[in-house]
Formats: sequence, C-alpha cells, structure tokens
Amino acid sequence: MRYRMGAALLSLIGFFVATYLYLYKIGKIPGIACGTGGCETVQASPWATFLGLPVALIGVVGYVACLVLAMVGIQQGGERRHWSDALLLAGATVGVLFTGWLTYAEAVLIEAWCRWCLVSAGIITLLFLAAALGWRSLRPAA
Amino acid sequence: MKKFYYLLVVVGVVGAGVIGWQVMGTRNVSIPANVVVTAADTAGFQGYVIGSDTAPVTIVEYADFQCPACGDFDTVQWPEVYDKLVATGKVRWIYKDWPIDGAHRYARLAMHAAACADDQGKFWPMKSRLYAYQFQWSFGSGQYGKFRDYAKSVGVDAGPWDACMQSAKYAGRIQATSEEGARLGVTSTPTFLIAGRLILGVQGSDQIGKTVDSLIAARPAGGGRPSAGGKPAARTTR
Repeated sequence: MRYRMGAALLSLIGFFVATYLYLYKIGKIPGIACGTGGCETVQASPWATFLGLPVALIGVVGYVACLVLAMVGIQQGGERRHWSDALLLAGATVGVLFTGWLTYAEAVLIEAWCRWCLVSAGIITLLFLAAALGWRSLRPAA
Repeated sequence: MKKFYYLLVVVGVVGAGVIGWQVMGTRNVSIPANVVVTAADTAGFQGYVIGSDTAPVTIVEYADFQCPACGDFDTVQWPEVYDKLVATGKVRWIYKDWPIDGAHRYARLAMHAAACADDQGKFWPMKSRLYAYQFQWSFGSGQYGKFRDYAKSVGVDAGPWDACMQSAKYAGRIQATSEEGARLGVTSTPTFLIAGRLILGVQGSDQIGKTVDSLIAARPAGGGRPSAGGKPAARTTR
C-alpha cells in the first residue's frame, strides 16, 4: 500500500513539474526558472515535440494517468495485485523509457540540460521504482 | 491513511499555488504606438550603427522584426552582407525600426526589447535572435517572456532589461524612426536607403555588393563619401 501512496505523491509532484514546463512552452509563463538557460534551448528544440504534441503535455497527461491509477489501487486496497497496479507499472515503464530517450537527446543531440526536465526524469524513475517494488510486494490476484 | 491524504492535499495546494503565482505574475507590457515624439526621444540617436565610421558607403535599413521578408533578409543575406561589406570597411550599416502596426501586433514590443538590449550593448545579437526565432513569437502569447529569454540568452542582464521594458522609454524613439521613414517614402519593409535611393524589398547580398562597388567606383577623386541620403547619418550607437 505504501508503494501506491508513494506513486500517487510522485505522480502529483510530476504533474506540477510537467504543467510548469507546458505552460512555459505555450507562453503562459514568461520565463522559466532554470539558471543555465538550457531549459529555453531544450524547449525550443525539435525534441520538445513528439508526434505533433508538446512533450511537456504528454508528461502532464501521463502523470495524471499514473495518479489516477495509484489512487484506484489505494481505493481497492488489500495486498493483492489489481489491474490498476499492472497498468501503473506499464505506464511508469513507458514513461521511464521515454524520459531516458529525452535525457539522451539533451546530452547528445541538443547538448543542453533542462533542470526541470531532469527533475521530471528523477520523478518518473522513482515512480517506476515505486510501481515495480509495489508490484513485487503484492501477491498475485487469485 | 489520513496522513497520506493530508500530504496529498498539501502537495496539491503548494503546487497549484506556485503554478498560479507564475501564471498571474506574467508581466503585461505594451509599447504604445503614435506617441508624441519629443526631442529627448531621439537625442543622440540616429539608428543602430555597425561598421567603420570611415566606410565609403552608408546603407540605412528600415525594418520590422515581425516582417517575414525582413526575417529572410536577416537570416539569409545579412551574414554575408556583414562579412563582405561591413566587416571589410566598405559599408557602415544603420538599422532603423519601421513598425507595421496593423499587421504586426508584436513589432513594437520586439523593437523595444532590442532597444533595451542595446542599453547593454547587445542590440546586434538580440536582433539576430529575434529574427531567427520570429516564427516562435509572432503567434500565440507570452511574447514578453520569450523576448526576455532571448535577451538573457545573448548575455543581457534581465534586471535592468525588465526595468527598461516596464518604463517603455523607447516608445517615442520607435515612433520617431517610424515617422522619419514615412517622410522619406518608406511604405514597406525591408526598405534600404542607399545613396539617396529607396530600394524596396529583400535584396541579395550580391546585388547590394554590386551597388556598393559601383558607388565606390563612382566616388569623386579625393574619396568623397556617398551618404545614404536623407538625413546625415552619424554614428551614435556602436
């Protein structure tokens, strides 16, 4: 249960980070508190868009989905695996792989670091660990 | 379980508060058009000047940061014009603002952003940045923030730049060059003033180079200097 709670809290924090980046991307926030200037570079790069959608928006949707799944798992309770745990682990796995690719793009292709993107990368990694450990700690559904 | 929900609410409230504060804190700066120009607005300023004071030819460019043709000229032709004509001492280039207010709603804000960057000696890199990212700020919202980011990326100190933008202190100067261009016959951008002739539209660097070479060849013995025409163009900014 505590892993589900951890996943829910991480999802909520990740949602705010992704929302902050998205609002900057669409011009609703004048400047981004980045320090290095790399956030502007990364946000202006082609890698800030995926399949025509801003990557930050994909993050917002992804974190909301993880939050909903974690909360559903909490409501279901018990020490058995539920469908929501499987979906949460699957979503977090996709998220961590996608973020891994984006971090690689920052390092090698864009050659600029966006601190908020790294914060999000850390959050999704922890979220993946919480989902994986939670999955492992639960007994298979009967 | 209660503690978890309390924590969730606290994180939610704090996160929403920070995001809301960021959004509400968006600066709303506008640069007025048609302001009354005073002598103080233009004192000591006759454009953004680059190139040698002793260059035999002076070219004045009237341009609008939001004009796509000006963007084409700046990104494609200007680097070559600079390398072949300005850096070699043949041409002294004067850039002047000529906003097309009806079509380009963010032009004056961009011009003011460049003027404030000029306060810190960063007009030319800011000009390049504004044209290079023209597609990014010409539409949508959040222009102030974008200009601020561009200014920071070219090495402008954001604090004094913010104060300059909030003051709108160059609104009169932008209006003055707009009126000056209109008096000379500028009707679109970019327009180039070379040896008293107004040349409309994007010019290729080769074409400008040929014109400059012909003007230099036609100089009277003793090295007289063909000016841009119109008002005498004195070096004022750089």
